Amino acid sequence: MIDANEKSSIIRMFHVHHNYGAKRALIDITLDIAKNEFLFVSGPSGAGKTTLIKLFYLAESISEGQILIDGMNLSRVPPKRIPFLRRKFGIIFQDYKLIPTRSVFDNVALVLEAAGKKKRFIQKKVRSVLRSVGMEDRYNALPPSLSGGEQQRVAVARAMVGDPKIILADEPTGSLDAEAAGFIMGLLRGVYLRGATVIIATHDKELIRKTGGRVLFLKQGRLEGSTFVDKQHDDAIF
Amino acid sequence: MMTLFFKRAIEDILKNRFLNIVTIITISLSTLIVSAFILFFINTNKIINLWQQGIRVMAYLEPGTAASERAEIEGQIKQLDGVKHVRFISNEEALDQLKSQMKRQSSLFENLAENPLPDAFEIRMRASEQNWNKIESLADRVESVKGVQEVEYGQKWLGRFANIFDMFKVAGYTLGGIFFMATVLIVANTIRLVIYSRREEVEIMRLVGAADSFIKMPFYIQGIIQGALGAIVGLAVLLISFLAIESNMEQGLFAGFFQFRFIPSRILLSIIFSSMLVGWIGCYLSLKQYLRV
Repeated sequence: MIDANEKSSIIRMFHVHHNYGAKRALIDITLDIAKNEFLFVSGPSGAGKTTLIKLFYLAESISEGQILIDGMNLSRVPPKRIPFLRRKFGIIFQDYKLIPTRSVFDNVALVLEAAGKKKRFIQKKVRSVLRSVGMEDRYNALPPSLSGGEQQRVAVARAMVGDPKIILADEPTGSLDAEAAGFIMGLLRGVYLRGATVIIATHDKELIRKTGGRVLFLKQGRLEGSTFVDKQHDDAIF
Repeated sequence: MMTLFFKRAIEDILKNRFLNIVTIITISLSTLIVSAFILFFINTNKIINLWQQGIRVMAYLEPGTAASERAEIEGQIKQLDGVKHVRFISNEEALDQLKSQMKRQSSLFENLAENPLPDAFEIRMRASEQNWNKIESLADRVESVKGVQEVEYGQKWLGRFANIFDMFKVAGYTLGGIFFMATVLIVANTIRLVIYSRREEVEIMRLVGAADSFIKMPFYIQGIIQGALGAIVGLAVLLISFLAIESNMEQGLFAGFFQFRFIPSRILLSIIFSSMLVGWIGCYLSLKQYLRV
């Protein structure tokens, strides 16, 4: 099963199945995702995109098969090691998942605090990341006072701040207007250019066409195929 | 990192102010009741010790006991185990003492044809022997000495009081146990409500890679702070009540006889520590039940 691609793969899936009770959400998925790849997981609603993403950080358990993430076999990760697995990822959710009672700064700092980083490092790093997403003047704002686009920028900052090897984004632009979506995709592209693997689950074909990258097609839980889409240059958006 | 946990815990307390105030008041009431028992035990124990130190056994002699027989009786009593000092009190001396104690009713003694009081020995015990069972046993032995008509140890009721005191002690321990459990459950419930109100936050923390200990630590600190504050408030109320009652008692019933004392600092610290432990246990139970990874 292990081929020459293994060294350059950061995620490997072998005959992975996932069931929600009697319902089969993912069926026999086998795939490799290379290091520093920009990848879309596409397909209609209910195809299993979100489930696939959730399996990577063990928000869902694997019913059958094996997944290797950066050399770590997820079937052998004990519950106590799950936080360490999750620190390999920066995760962006469609509904942002920001803590509404904590400031923008605290939401982003949480990742580094959880990883046990020093206070001085956290201060410096969080400010730098918030600057890079254009939120430098909103450090103390609470998430409910921000627009959807701003909240998603904070979510991207939180995903970036730990310098993860992999960014997982589940419909990151699903509830944003075109301009805000373009800004978010530009940020993700920037993370990719700095060496991270970016995996985006989306059903938005237009977004894929404008951004470009490898695309995996899921349909009714099965991997239907994979193709590469060239980036359509549209400087007005990116 | 601990600074961060403390900051989060205090933020939580302030955010859920009402819930935390109710919990702290409940802990303080439990502390107040248990500490009041402790205060009662400390002072009652002191009073009993004081009374025991003053205990004397009186051995009344048969009427017409000759001086030679008296000396023999005195010798026999002195040989008894635990006897420290024996003093002869003649019936004249006893009558004088009675008259001086009953000055206002002195007319009662004017018409006495003869002294009705018997000769007696006043027996004091060694300090180490001054516990209730030994006094009783000594009294029995004195009574069996030939020539002794009757033995009296005036504070017989003290034995009964000591027994009641022991019953209070058992009740105190039982109540202490009940309050301990009740407080643990109340703290557990508060923390459970706080976790429930923060479930989304806890979920997000897990998703970004926060370990279990990172999530739980602020809750533990919160429980410990609740315990400490509850104990301090409870003890402060007890101290204020004590100072108010003490001044009245010392001017009244116990004037010049007994100095009341508050709970010693060593026990105060133990109470505060126990209350913090209660907070921690409540937290532990709640987290174990409602924060499974």
